[in-house]
Amino acid sequence: MPKDHGIGASPKRREDVRFLTGRGKYTDDIALQRQTHAVFARSQVANGRIVNIDTTKAEAMPGVLAVFTGADFADVGGNPAGWLINSRDGEPMKEPKRPVLAHGKVRHVGDAYAAVIAETAEQARDAVEAIEAEIEELPAVTDMKAAVAGGALVHDEIGTNVCFDWGWIEDNRAATDAAIKAAPHVFTLELVNNRLVPNAMEPRASIGDYDPGTGDYTLYTTSQNPHLTRLLISAFVLGIPENKLRVIAPDVGGGFGSKIYHYGEEALVLAAAKKLGRPVRWTASRSESFLTDAHGRDHVTKIELACEEDGTFVAFRTETYANVGAYLSNFSTATPTFLHGTLMAGNYKVPNVYVNVKAVFTNTAPVDAYRGAGRPEATFSIERIIDMAARKLGIDPVEIRRRNFVQPDQFPFTSAAGLQYDTGNYDALMDKLGDLADLSGFEARRAASAAKGKLRGLGVNSYIEACGIAPSNLVGVLGSRVGLYDAATVRVNATGNISVMVGAHSHGQGHETAFPQVVADMLGIDESSIEIVHGDSSKIPFGMGTYGSRSLAVCGSAVVRATDKIIAKARKIAAHMLEASDADIEFKDGKFSVAGTDRSVGFGEVALKAYIPHNFPIEDIEPGLEETAFYDPANFTYPAGAYACEVEVDPETGVVSVERFTAVDDFGNVINPMIVAGQVHGGLAQGIGQALFEGCTYDENGQILSASYMDYTMPRADDVPFYTVDHSCQTPCTHNPLGVKGCGEAGAIGSPPTIVNAVVDALQRGGMSHVTHIDMPLTPARVWAAMQG
Amino acid sequence: MAKVSMTVNGAAASGEVEGRTLLVEFLRGPLGLTGTHVGCDTSQCGACVVHVNGEAVKACTMFAAEADGAEVRTIEGMANADGSLGVIQQAFQDHHGLQCGFCTPGMVMSAAALLKDNPKPTEAEVRKYLEGNICRCTGYHNIVKAIMAASGQDVSAIAAE
Repeated sequence: MPKDHGIGASPKRREDVRFLTGRGKYTDDIALQRQTHAVFARSQVANGRIVNIDTTKAEAMPGVLAVFTGADFADVGGNPAGWLINSRDGEPMKEPKRPVLAHGKVRHVGDAYAAVIAETAEQARDAVEAIEAEIEELPAVTDMKAAVAGGALVHDEIGTNVCFDWGWIEDNRAATDAAIKAAPHVFTLELVNNRLVPNAMEPRASIGDYDPGTGDYTLYTTSQNPHLTRLLISAFVLGIPENKLRVIAPDVGGGFGSKIYHYGEEALVLAAAKKLGRPVRWTASRSESFLTDAHGRDHVTKIELACEEDGTFVAFRTETYANVGAYLSNFSTATPTFLHGTLMAGNYKVPNVYVNVKAVFTNTAPVDAYRGAGRPEATFSIERIIDMAARKLGIDPVEIRRRNFVQPDQFPFTSAAGLQYDTGNYDALMDKLGDLADLSGFEARRAASAAKGKLRGLGVNSYIEACGIAPSNLVGVLGSRVGLYDAATVRVNATGNISVMVGAHSHGQGHETAFPQVVADMLGIDESSIEIVHGDSSKIPFGMGTYGSRSLAVCGSAVVRATDKIIAKARKIAAHMLEASDADIEFKDGKFSVAGTDRSVGFGEVALKAYIPHNFPIEDIEPGLEETAFYDPANFTYPAGAYACEVEVDPETGVVSVERFTAVDDFGNVINPMIVAGQVHGGLAQGIGQALFEGCTYDENGQILSASYMDYTMPRADDVPFYTVDHSCQTPCTHNPLGVKGCGEAGAIGSPPTIVNAVVDALQRGGMSHVTHIDMPLTPARVWAAMQG
Repeated sequence: MAKVSMTVNGAAASGEVEGRTLLVEFLRGPLGLTGTHVGCDTSQCGACVVHVNGEAVKACTMFAAEADGAEVRTIEGMANADGSLGVIQQAFQDHHGLQCGFCTPGMVMSAAALLKDNPKPTEAEVRKYLEGNICRCTGYHNIVKAIMAASGQDVSAIAAE
């Protein structure tokens, strides 16, 4: 019987009611008294010298209250990168300043160089058109290899377009080179991991407010991590003391990484609000989102796989060019390095791995973590070349993976890329996949497709990811400038109901439903009496936010620790009430009892006692019942999975349709299976989108050619099938109290190579043995061209 | 500026608008009905779908002035009279057909229009009908399932959860 409450149950999401009735409260839904509107002037050229910006006419336009340019922010700090990467030669990465508004130069199409504040958004838009900006267009660089080779510079002052040239693990380089030289088979593949636009459905928005009476600032913003935004604005950008800046991230309409980062618009609305003494609001148009949200992926990789005759892997070696765009976004240096290179051993006991990543500035929007963040890129490279090797060696693609899997008795396993996987059972995942995907029935389905004139292919894949980001001690050694713990406060109110303040932010993940399941189980009380509070820096102790599939593994663990403290204190109070010693008190099903007796008090009575402390041992126990915990993980968590996909390819047109998709994941323990399945579904669609439809394209002048939903193909409902998902193969995480691993990114990590493998399989089975790879997205034109040879 | 009057969710509503004011701007601004969302600027995403005189309309494709005299229904008008969730809304909650909630109002309004014209749509018909509504969170699985369930069809055979 499925559970009907607590851990492992799937209660309906409580947040749904407000969303389904139109009562969600997103940033743009908030209206403040006397509010004003900001609109940004954005560069139309990809690289240009700002000669002059004349705002005289704009300032005289109706309703205009102020016009800001980069000069107004020339003295304030820059928006920093959160992770210091050193190059192979020991040189620290190049860190050009990222200003609030472009000053001196514009560096990508959409780079904001001025902002107009007006009484209405329409007036501000009209006034932006009246700004006379003289910008001398310079040659732009958008191709990474060209950017490395020389030519136009994105940042003149650093004299190169190479941000860093990183090797991992440098001590393994010689051994990897030697292993590849000695191996009987070496396979090589050049891959493009296509640039994507995250496209959360809610565009970014920010409202700045300033109270001259108190000196307090409030920022309402579309953020996955309000405390991190506050920290960046306070410590680096505007210098507002943290205790005078309240950051509220109310309901947020999806993030997928793009709302982790601090953006200049947030600083602008705060500074403008102070100057005007009125609230200043800004909401991105979708076009602005395409131009300025941090994009994702955009790697060009050469991967080599060396194998023995029997398909045993002896080495992976990669060289990757990673686009960081025109400025370093906050996580942009971590994404292609420690979230990518460290995963380059996959699920395999391969003994040698060496990864080289060259991060490159180009005249394009900044690139940063997007759902999966480095791990999809690693998985794609590994799993594509394994497929190629299997094909060339004549080994079944499932079999070659099984021969190389880390075995259950090898955990904890230190991979050749330097991570210690705590648990896993990759063969069990593959076994389950075989059953659920009915791999043995493929041939019959292929014949049926053939009878319709379609080429059917089967792709399989296995992946591992590092989630639960991240152990501060480890990431500190690796260059992180922050700790990656999280925090929670459990407040038991006098009447026994509970508020849980969490640092994780929920923008679709269902924390308001899932976190109470954990607390309810621990305290033996009803979930409905537990409320989750998130997204407001003034209500929550601290938090590093939601990304990297970390909310439950890290923040959920903080909730557990805080609840443990609640139980410990409540036990003392109960002992006093029952006139027994602490050691004799048992806590079960919401009741404290004296062992071996029928004397007990309920949790609610203890809560009331804590707040009405008559006859209370105040020398031993403080009144009140509220506890805070910070939790710093001991290691990453390691979700893994095995995926299978069947596609049909139309040999006349190259159109690919996804006919079946099966995802078997090991997320460790599962708190709410319904929510977990939903997370996988969403990830799969994003991965299918990357594989078949999505691609952000710039021309050689740096003009973005895919800046609307008419040009950038989002997956639609009729592009995807019903998915089969499973998370019953569970090897719980060994180092967090819930045994959870994280599920948010898996679908987007595991699916792209599965689909490409399936399409290549379809063409190979269709007699086109020359097709070994097609770059994503696999549009009909690309597939058709590949078929023609 | 011109005066417009319409009936929104059964109540009279009026206001002064510019000629360029879109229906969605009028609903969200002067009327304070912020459940209707704006997710794009090219009429692709469908987050702003409302019903105008019983037909599904993207409220970003219509000027407020064009809706003068019309009957408009928004997500705020979809619950039952006693405040409980309507059949489609309830099916979305039952089947986890929403995550971040931003596309959800448009999805519900489109689903209602579909089921009015086609009370028992097939999976393919639901998927085809939703081509004007983009969701980035759910992968559509549970949205399609919820709409089929709302139409009274048995969805228990569709993959778990």
